[in-house]
Amino acid sequence: MILANRQLEPLTIDPVKEFKIPVQLKKVMNSNAIRIENLDVFIYEQHILKDINLVIPEKSITCIIGPSGCGKTTLLKTLNRMHDETPEVKITGKVYVDDQNIYEKGVNVIDTRKKMGLLAQRPCPLPMSIFDNVAYGPRIHGIKKRKAINQTVIQYLQYVGLWDEVRGRVRSSATKLSIGQQQRLCLARGLAIEPEYILGDEATSSLDPLSTKKIEELFIKLKEKYTVILVTHTLRQARRIADYIVFMYMGEIIECGSTEEFFNNPMEKLTRDYLSGSFS
Amino acid sequence: MKFLEEKIFKVIMIGAAVIIMVTLIFIIGTVFYKGLPSLTWDMITKIPGGGFYLGKEGGVLNAIAGSIYIIAGALLISMVISIPLVMYINFYLPNKSHFASLIRFSLDILFGVPSIVYGAFGFALMVYMGIKASLLGGIITVGMLIMPIMMRSLDEVTRLLSRDLPNALLSLGSTKFEMTKVLLRQLMPGLMTAVLLAVGRGIGDAATVLFTAGYTDNIPSSLSQPAATLPLSIFFQLGSPVEEVQSRAYASAVILTIIILILSFSARYFSSKFLKYKS
Repeated sequence: MILANRQLEPLTIDPVKEFKIPVQLKKVMNSNAIRIENLDVFIYEQHILKDINLVIPEKSITCIIGPSGCGKTTLLKTLNRMHDETPEVKITGKVYVDDQNIYEKGVNVIDTRKKMGLLAQRPCPLPMSIFDNVAYGPRIHGIKKRKAINQTVIQYLQYVGLWDEVRGRVRSSATKLSIGQQQRLCLARGLAIEPEYILGDEATSSLDPLSTKKIEELFIKLKEKYTVILVTHTLRQARRIADYIVFMYMGEIIECGSTEEFFNNPMEKLTRDYLSGSFS
Repeated sequence: MKFLEEKIFKVIMIGAAVIIMVTLIFIIGTVFYKGLPSLTWDMITKIPGGGFYLGKEGGVLNAIAGSIYIIAGALLISMVISIPLVMYINFYLPNKSHFASLIRFSLDILFGVPSIVYGAFGFALMVYMGIKASLLGGIITVGMLIMPIMMRSLDEVTRLLSRDLPNALLSLGSTKFEMTKVLLRQLMPGLMTAVLLAVGRGIGDAATVLFTAGYTDNIPSSLSQPAATLPLSIFFQLGSPVEEVQSRAYASAVILTIIILILSFSARYFSSKFLKYKS
């Protein structure tokens, strides 16, 4: 089927219905990678994701691209079990995060979500001060000591490059920041829960070019420590920052591979059409 | 043609606004005009003396205190029940839950039930339980009256809340309860509006307290004692043939209006405090 000759890629889909992991693939699949096996998602009997098999390598940036409504966001949401909130969504298949199937019975949803820092499309600061926004995560996850919280907040505000901008007004409302600053604040807030993965759902689509650039630079910095998975609309962005690309169309993975190969030497006709802008 | 259409609608809208303003000013003006001359310091600091209803000395402190006790108690009861219910149907039940729409439907029906029916129901309940007309009876009945109002208005603002914030909170690993606590903060102005609507309806209602709270010339000192209320006090004074007592009824109405105004302004003030972090 698709990509049968490219199984050596760290990122691949298996042609066989049963998921067999090639030996070569196992090398890159250490405990930090995400492995999706035979994932099907239905919303109201509508087949949204069709038999997704995917491996996401750790400490890299993987971009999921594809036209609107192809299931990119749905796929991202399965990773931190945000579909739990909508009962009409039915999920079958396995998603391994740290070698643990997160859809197994008895898996703690909170722990799963704590591993994933989500950056939404539009920044959504909590109705609190800048400080409390970042401190919220550590607080609900049981850190009580004031000193430790202060340290965490400053550390992550510095990490996203916001500290110098908001220094001296960390007690003022987070909603007074500019939208680009808010998005970086949301990133700091997500990082403060100490996740292993960063999920970005078109995280830069509501930002101006300058703020977008800052966020992109952060993503590149983040991949040293975290596994970054981004859904993006802009091909150019994917090309700029991604290490691996997953191209989806109508709920299926059409092609995936390293950024270079994907853009320079796409295997599928559909991919070539998409890249040339025949549809979007 | 388009221009004319625009103009006509503008006139209609401005007209509606003017009618509302004029009516409001007319009502408040009449009440103040008739009531202010009789509004003495004694009115608000003294309970009715002997022969108060015949024009002798005294005030309506009994009714002021009773009304405030009853509305405070009723607010407490209805908030304790309303907030968890609204949070439950909005954040815990799924989006298109049948149970939630059933609850909303029942609330809409309760909303339309006339207050005298609540009064009669409260009275029947009290007879069954063997309680006499008392402060407690009044609190419970007024609580029942204002509960649907509070729930429905709080529910409406809660439904308008964007899904972004709950999702952001959940993705940070909040439990539903931790999420609800933050959302409640965001909802504070809406809650204030709900409280205001409920107070406005509850404090001015005479029919609910007619049988359940009773009437007395004293300030109630326990929940089991009967309590006077301002609407009933106005009613009794207006029924008097003595002219002086009638104008005191208007003075009592002025007091009631001022209480509502104070509550309304303070609610706005406090909700603007909570608004500090609102997005």
